[in-house]
Amino acid sequence: MKTIIELKKLVGEFAENKDIAKKIRVNQIMPALANGKVVVLDFSGISGTTQSFIHALISESIRQFRDMALEKIEYKNCSDIVKEVIKTVSEYMQESLDVDTYEG
Amino acid sequence: MKATLSNSDYLRNFDRFISGLDFSDPDILRIYSHPKWINVHPAVLTLIVAMAMRAGKQYVQFENLTATSGSYLDRMGLFEFTDQASPYKIHKKEESGRFIPITVIKNSTEQSKFITDMIPLLHLPVDKTDAIKYTIGELLRNVLEHSESSGGAIVAAQYYKKSNTIRIGICDGGIGIKKSLQHYWASNAKTDIEAIKWALVPGISGTTRKEGGTEDNAGAGLFFIKSIAQVARNYFLIYSGSGIFKLLLHDKRIEKPRLHPHPDDDRHTERNDAPYFQGTLVAIDLSLENKSEFTQLLAAIREVYGRAVRERKRKIYREPKFV
Repeated sequence: MKTIIELKKLVGEFAENKDIAKKIRVNQIMPALANGKVVVLDFSGISGTTQSFIHALISESIRQFRDMALEKIEYKNCSDIVKEVIKTVSEYMQESLDVDTYEG
Repeated sequence: MKATLSNSDYLRNFDRFISGLDFSDPDILRIYSHPKWINVHPAVLTLIVAMAMRAGKQYVQFENLTATSGSYLDRMGLFEFTDQASPYKIHKKEESGRFIPITVIKNSTEQSKFITDMIPLLHLPVDKTDAIKYTIGELLRNVLEHSESSGGAIVAAQYYKKSNTIRIGICDGGIGIKKSLQHYWASNAKTDIEAIKWALVPGISGTTRKEGGTEDNAGAGLFFIKSIAQVARNYFLIYSGSGIFKLLLHDKRIEKPRLHPHPDDDRHTERNDAPYFQGTLVAIDLSLENKSEFTQLLAAIREVYGRAVRERKRKIYREPKFV
């Protein structure tokens, strides 16, 4: 059973509203992952997004569920810009997984 | 307070305008200008509005506003922030498009509406608008989340056909960058310019010391904007407190400029003796001529970001103990 989230009707053509990203994360993504479900984030109709939107949407699930989140979140119908931003957030979250605090 | 409107709308000449600012006596704002010529970057207008909000509408006075080109101030909506009537008659229909008048954004709903509504005002091809939406979206969000400004974010922009550039200013009268970093990064942000530069390092957020940020903040916004400016050979300036960081253009012959995680490695000017401004101003000139696609630019930023995180991690790894 997959949880499919169609983002355009929630965030419009350019996904930048972090408050909405947070709601989607808290109300849909995290509970679905906690139940072991696959989450499909459908970006159909969305031309672009910001790093801060994608961070608010997926970073906590990567931090909390780690490999499980990377395995179970699927990104569908992404524009090239959306893909690049998702790759960036996914990458820096994985880079930072084994570091709790930067003491530099 | 005093401000003298500039005769140059180039960011490279912005220092002259800043040096003429006087923030003493916050209860009144006097705005001076050349009697025959006014030419301002939208960032100037947003800063003037931040000052006007502090003084109060009835205490904003234009002195000797006689330049014909001053009608631009009216067109951009500056007189809405003063009780003084505009001396200009504007035929709004004649001036269709190509600019975003001064707008105040106070919450994320207003921000989303603004991002949707602003693009048609610029009459630009859709594929040229991604970087604009990205830049304005991230900068507005920064203000709403970190500035603690009761007046919200003030934004204005102007498209210049000849240079195919959009010039953007975003300003707030909030706590400033230094104060927003004090809780977690006091030792890295002892002065305003140190704070500005630290805020430009990827992964540095005022909300945590945790690598990767919090669930809502990564501390990446300003680094992304600076990188967008750098790759596309655009000017980028931050003014907060007494600090100013200005990214300079790299050599034209360098097709792919190297991005740096730390702003000290960028070609830039900085100062920490500007007239003290309680708030933050970000100004950027985005060239729409740029050859590289926005997606390629994002890929380049990702690579540098990853490198910065890895370098920080290496710093805290313990060395094996060889005896």
